[in-house]
Amino acid sequence: MSNTARFVRSLFLLELFKGLSVTLRHMLFVRKVTLQYPEEKAPISPRFRGLHALRRYPNGEERCIACKLCEVVCPALAITIESEQRADGTRRTTRYDIDLTKCIFCGYCEESCPVDSIVETHIYEYHGEQRGDLMMTKEKLLAVGDKYEAQIAAARSQDARYR
Amino acid sequence: MPEIRNYTLNFGPQHPAAHGVLRLVLEMDGEVIQRADPHIGLLHRATEKLAESKPYNQTIPYMDRLDYVSMMVNEHGYVLALERMLGITPPLRAQYIRVMFDEITRVLNHLMWLGTHALDVGAMTVFLYCFREREDLMDMYEAVSGARMHAAYYRPGGVYRDLPEHMPQYGHTRYRGESGTQRMNANRSGSLLDYIDDFTQRFPGYVDEYETLLTDNRIWKQRTVGIGVVTPERAKQLGFTGPMLRGSGIAWDLRKKQPYEVYDKMSFNIPLGTNGDCYDRYLVRVEEMRQSNHIIRQCIEWLRANPGPVMLEDHKLSPPRREEMKGDMEALIHHFKLFTEGYTLPAGEVYAAVEHPKGEFGVYLVSDGANKPYRLKIRPPGFPHLAAMHEMSNGHMLADVVAIIGTMDIVFGEIDR
Repeated sequence: MSNTARFVRSLFLLELFKGLSVTLRHMLFVRKVTLQYPEEKAPISPRFRGLHALRRYPNGEERCIACKLCEVVCPALAITIESEQRADGTRRTTRYDIDLTKCIFCGYCEESCPVDSIVETHIYEYHGEQRGDLMMTKEKLLAVGDKYEAQIAAARSQDARYR
Repeated sequence: MPEIRNYTLNFGPQHPAAHGVLRLVLEMDGEVIQRADPHIGLLHRATEKLAESKPYNQTIPYMDRLDYVSMMVNEHGYVLALERMLGITPPLRAQYIRVMFDEITRVLNHLMWLGTHALDVGAMTVFLYCFREREDLMDMYEAVSGARMHAAYYRPGGVYRDLPEHMPQYGHTRYRGESGTQRMNANRSGSLLDYIDDFTQRFPGYVDEYETLLTDNRIWKQRTVGIGVVTPERAKQLGFTGPMLRGSGIAWDLRKKQPYEVYDKMSFNIPLGTNGDCYDRYLVRVEEMRQSNHIIRQCIEWLRANPGPVMLEDHKLSPPRREEMKGDMEALIHHFKLFTEGYTLPAGEVYAAVEHPKGEFGVYLVSDGANKPYRLKIRPPGFPHLAAMHEMSNGHMLADVVAIIGTMDIVFGEIDR
């Protein structure tokens, strides 16, 4: 670039105006990418790892057999399980706690579960007003599972062939 | 006559330009830096020690959290160390997926760097544009691993799951008409590869936009040219790697010099700077984004043509498929064995390094033959860069410290570990 050209470009702030034309174009002509959350939401992959849930079989029996694989595989040690033999001779959990404040949402519990009981759902909007609200107990987890079973099952079946 | 003393200024750890929790103790002569002393350790989470107490696979999610803007590359370094120790090679398709996601991660990291660096120096718009593109890249992460950031996707012996054939789509809302929703879903109608392909076609245009905003901009140049100059000799002595080293003009890139996975089959160039200042490092990183885009395109082409397994079939290392596990006793035993005890590595030691977006990310692993490491040492690329803080900022003005922190591309997750 010759010195004269450089001088003219510098004097008339050409590169600044070029930059400003980009922002102006975006302001006036380019479609906005903003989503109007919470009315609009970003799409969620069936592999999404959100809030945990415990599932049941279609006959209402809880799936979890207290094998404790999830407890042992959990890198953050967020899961605590106690189990007992039930009156009908099957082994079930008496306590199934997930401490969401410890959980790192790696998905290993779901990966390890041999009966597809513990799953990480598509739910990402939850909160606790007190510390204890983020301690998921067996009842809370089963309630989440019951409420969203249709979506949970749909997402698992969509992804089944990859797993 | 009163004694004149330098003024000591505490910068951070809550300063927004400190990129996390950097605390800098600056000794100032007026507005000129005399001494810059970085204090680190505020984000120390003992990742190395934690790794010693759990089976190898359970450390993978912690690797994501080291450098939390280039998640999968951290995993890659760790997984590569495990694989070298085990003496296994993942299937070719898995290697291509890893290379593709490494490069997606590099773009992700450089976009974050560019946005925040420009924001620190005073350009707001670039930040917004960069985050717009990051959204697409995070959707790729989510489609493949289920998490937008902390993927836990790479495993020794391959990757956890194959690339999905369908992308999730936007639902219909009253904010956009039928056509609006359709338009937003247009690039999501095919597989993940189609989605990435669409992005790689758009992306060079976006980089042009950033360059229009910054490269010739006089304010940007005034703030970066001649700031934080590191000579090639000093860069080597200080242990710089990655764009920090290449910005000083040394052609060192592990992807070329010690190719891992399928980088030897990729065609790409290493951009080099000449002056070793902030501006050159900016140019190097911007060009790296273009080169990454080029590599991603090559991977897409190969992955489209070559379906196949993405994980080794060795069930001593990788869990069997779920249907198999539910029907076959042997597979169930393998499944339980893997998720409880994991696998053991032969006694010995290994160092595996990958070209992280920030430099050389190395994992040094010592095994005593157990199912967990005896010692895991992580070489974070940002640590030597931060250590050069004093040398780079000495004699500059206070405002230049911000530009220098920006150009180092510092993330505290990896420096403090």
